[in-house]
Amino acid sequence: MAARTRALETILVGKGLVDPAAVDALIETYETRVGPRNGARVVAKAWMDPSFAQWLRSDATAAIASLGYSGRQGEHMRALFNGDGVHNLVVCTLCSCYPWSVLGLPPVWYKSPPYRSRAVIDPRRVLGEFGVVLPAETRIEVWDSTAELRYLVIPQRPPNTDDLDEEQLAALVTRDSMIGTGFPRARP
Amino acid sequence: MGFGPVAPEPNEPMFHADWEKRALGLTIAAGGMGHWSIDESRFARENRHPADYYSSSYYEIWIKGLETLLLQHGFITVADLAAGRPVDPSPTPRRVLREEAVATLVSVGTPCDRLLSASPEFAIGDRVRARNINPARHTRLPRYARGKVGLVVAMHGGFVFPDANAEGDRSAAQHLYTVRFAAAELWGPQGDVRSDVHIDAWESYLEPV
Repeated sequence: MAARTRALETILVGKGLVDPAAVDALIETYETRVGPRNGARVVAKAWMDPSFAQWLRSDATAAIASLGYSGRQGEHMRALFNGDGVHNLVVCTLCSCYPWSVLGLPPVWYKSPPYRSRAVIDPRRVLGEFGVVLPAETRIEVWDSTAELRYLVIPQRPPNTDDLDEEQLAALVTRDSMIGTGFPRARP
Repeated sequence: MGFGPVAPEPNEPMFHADWEKRALGLTIAAGGMGHWSIDESRFARENRHPADYYSSSYYEIWIKGLETLLLQHGFITVADLAAGRPVDPSPTPRRVLREEAVATLVSVGTPCDRLLSASPEFAIGDRVRARNINPARHTRLPRYARGKVGLVVAMHGGFVFPDANAEGDRSAAQHLYTVRFAAAELWGPQGDVRSDVHIDAWESYLEPV
């Protein structure tokens, strides 16, 4: 694939259809600027600020944009709040839709046939494969990203974190906890 | 069973080879010419032999999809690909994505919501059935939901209709709903009794119950 991709780039650049500097800039953007730290900041603010959490529930796109996160594969956002007895899990069975603006590029497993096919039909076992074991009575709400809405899970705030500030809270928020395949870290 | 267990990687590199980075950048940059929509590119990636689709990695599918789009739109030819360099002339694109436009492209994206004059046919709380339709070409109605009854839990206004958008008709839009299906409705007795699956469905995917 390396040779095939290089050949395609040679053709496109040679024809003046693609600017290689733009390709470099796109790669750099997703390698360094857009990633799950964005989403962690959204979650931490939701934990700290009830009015921001309310804004996330009513208009997640605007609330998230107020922190500077918007655009490609995050044009239309919805926030899913985990609660006592309710756990949310996000998948895209049709391709690999994922909220790039807040989580960056999706991990390989999220794009893989096992996850895409089994998250809807066997979510409890899939969660178990991630080490997420929920009480039997906890409902699992699965969200299949079939349109241009992108879903961000807001996990429950870990216990004994009342004295932490927003930055310290954000450090507890894992990427997987914002997909639904993990929990936030316990405080160190 | 089936595809087997989910296999997270311990170190999770963002890219597994340099060509994957170029595949990402090239796909977005070529999309920046403005000649195809996200749904047309999805269709180009997904409309291939299942054995090819399932044995190709994510970025392999992107490169194959990109070649398909470029061939279909006449920007490259089979002779170009065979030579590995430009051989044939290509039409002038609407625009070329320049480095200085990348930040805006990323931060603005391509919003797909549309104002509709037609009122929505369904409301929150309505029971609806996902139609048993089997379009020959692109659709975003998952097969597992077809014929199944669910509940409208959210309404989103108008959104670009992917089945038409994939064919180059960017003007078609329909009301979009989130529909909740009980796992038992989708999967029968094997469904987890404490689980639901939600899909986002365009109005023509649904019928009243």
